[in-house]
Amino acid sequence: MGVAIEVEGVSKRFRLYHEKYMTLKERVIHLGNLPFEEFWALRDVSLEISEGETVGLIGHNGSGKSTLLKCIGGILRPTTGLIRVRGQLAAMLELGAGFNAELSGRDNIFLNATLLGMPKKEIERRFDEIVDFSELGGFIDNQVKFYSSGMYMKLGFAIAVSFEPEVLLVDEVLAVGDERFQQKCLDKMKEFQRDGRTIVIVSHAPDVLRTICDRIFVLDKGEKVAGGPAGEAVRMFRERLFGTPAASTREDGSATIRIGQVKVEHPASADREYLEPGEPMSIVVPFTASEPDEVKVNLVIRDVRGELVYATDSEVAGAGDLVARDSGSVRFRFESVPLLDGTFTIQVSIQSLSASVLHDLSDGEAVFQVMNPSKETGMVWMPAKAEVGSDPAALVE
Amino acid sequence: MSLRRPVEPQGAQEDTLEALTLRREVPIRVVAADVRVWQRLGDVWTYRELLLSLVRKELKVKYKNSVLGFLWSMLNPLLTLIVYYFVFQIVLRNGIPMFAVFLLCGLLIWNFFSAALPGAAQSVVANAGIVKKVAFPREILALAPVGAALFFFSLQALILLAAVVVFQVHVAWAFVPLLVPALVGLVLFTSALAIFLAAVNVYLRDTQHLLELVLMAWFWATPIAYQYELIAFHLRVRHWPTWLMMLNPVTPVVVTVQRAIYGSPDPLSHGSRLSLLPMHGPVYYLIPLFAVIVVAAVLYVAALAVFNRLEGNFAEEL
Repeated sequence: MGVAIEVEGVSKRFRLYHEKYMTLKERVIHLGNLPFEEFWALRDVSLEISEGETVGLIGHNGSGKSTLLKCIGGILRPTTGLIRVRGQLAAMLELGAGFNAELSGRDNIFLNATLLGMPKKEIERRFDEIVDFSELGGFIDNQVKFYSSGMYMKLGFAIAVSFEPEVLLVDEVLAVGDERFQQKCLDKMKEFQRDGRTIVIVSHAPDVLRTICDRIFVLDKGEKVAGGPAGEAVRMFRERLFGTPAASTREDGSATIRIGQVKVEHPASADREYLEPGEPMSIVVPFTASEPDEVKVNLVIRDVRGELVYATDSEVAGAGDLVARDSGSVRFRFESVPLLDGTFTIQVSIQSLSASVLHDLSDGEAVFQVMNPSKETGMVWMPAKAEVGSDPAALVE
Repeated sequence: MSLRRPVEPQGAQEDTLEALTLRREVPIRVVAADVRVWQRLGDVWTYRELLLSLVRKELKVKYKNSVLGFLWSMLNPLLTLIVYYFVFQIVLRNGIPMFAVFLLCGLLIWNFFSAALPGAAQSVVANAGIVKKVAFPREILALAPVGAALFFFSLQALILLAAVVVFQVHVAWAFVPLLVPALVGLVLFTSALAIFLAAVNVYLRDTQHLLELVLMAWFWATPIAYQYELIAFHLRVRHWPTWLMMLNPVTPVVVTVQRAIYGSPDPLSHGSRLSLLPMHGPVYYLIPLFAVIVVAAVLYVAALAVFNRLEGNFAEEL
């Protein structure tokens, strides 16, 4: 298979003017000393994408992922470096970019499709198909300014996918619209994949990317920091995003019992920094006590969005009565972690049983990661086996 | 939906040859820091459908929701004509015979020129939404208003044609072929300025305001409402060469149209002592027209070079 996209040492510099002097007077007054900062949105990025591959670009805001996509699409020109794109290219950076509100949907189909590079004859041939896909029906002859945002997007999407380009660039358009529309987008994307087209998608939602991408490149501060199979790259991305876990730093002198650094152990995969679904794990909570007290240790696990995943305490978990003296630790042992994928934060607290006093609370900076090597998605690990039978009755039995 | 190329080129052995030949046809697009100006020259042809599409949009949007629609594009010059006719012929008594036809010849050219440029200057800024999201040669945006102006030009030419028939103007047929180089020069010159202004206006938004003033001065510097010989006479008196007038690239075009359409009714035959236009043969007219075409072509390439240089940062500046 040939190479569809070659990116060779591409850098892109933006100039951030502190104040934009847009008029002649201002330019003359500030002649020659426009205050600006140079900002490298991309630094020497090189990558190759093969034909038929679906590749994701991931990174946080300002990582340069969208800039790279725009450079590939020819919307921005790199400051240095070179990009080669083989084959007809279509960029879905914004659905309905270039729609004219005064014109009808029909006129806008022609305008938008020629803008994206489709020959007029081709548009005429596919016109009905586009209208069908957009689900606009009779509204196609209304002015676009009377469309709802949903109609607007659907029309934009219908035009964009009617292209059947060899190379398709997508920038988080999947994140818009209702669920049914998103599903339609995904289906279309999968159809493109089956047709052997090359797709490059930009997103900061790793889960969406992993379901459709073969490979993912991670960008950070304009540099390509990782690239590889989807699952591995997503893990790298999360590491970058959350940094390394730091120790609990509670500087309140009055606490008589303090929590040490919470540790996550996973003996089955000690050489890795992450778990795979179903592997055992232990969370160790060390503490020091200057005065002995009868306590319980609370454990709360949340996902990155802060949603509660699991909570328990040492009493419920079977440690019985616990008297904290000098130093010690509580170990929460999980035989098998039924989580599929993601980064999870651990928050522990030590609470006095006698006088309901909270002795110490960790900062919730302890994390553990679960990485799913396969292409399933979701949060919970509930592996399924699909069976295929030729006779529907056989399955019922 | 049909496929344009085999799904799995690596599949069977016999596919390889086909895949190879197909691959050779596939266009390779290179995005680099700088684009050759010479490459851009061909873009207008490559993207001609987009250009036509944008011109159609300009036309449709301009008179959308107006009752008279395209009639406005004819009413506007007609009303201008009436005002100038009143001022120059009736109030100032300039004594030019069939002044309406004379005026119409120049106005036709000027309206094209002055309608195209303001739209072109704002074109990139006004289409920021597209510029930021879609890749295509941006000079097409600047050329669309020129195309739209060309359409209105042809509508207004119908008025001139009607005037020629109604007033039984004797067209100077020997000069009519000159209209071709005149229009080529005019369109090329206008396009060059359009591209230049569109790029500069992104960085200096004053351009569009400044342009209005410049166009007003430029109108009066062109022999449209008055006759060429009026200025040429004053130049001759001071022993200055009359070709100084031709330094304004619009002048040779205007004068040629006036000579071809209006020039035949010899002013002397109407009993006027006025000489309006250079009384020379077609070759005399052809030389400045040729110069306009050459200068416009050079300007066009230069404008593209400027555009090319500034374009790299369009998406950021908007």
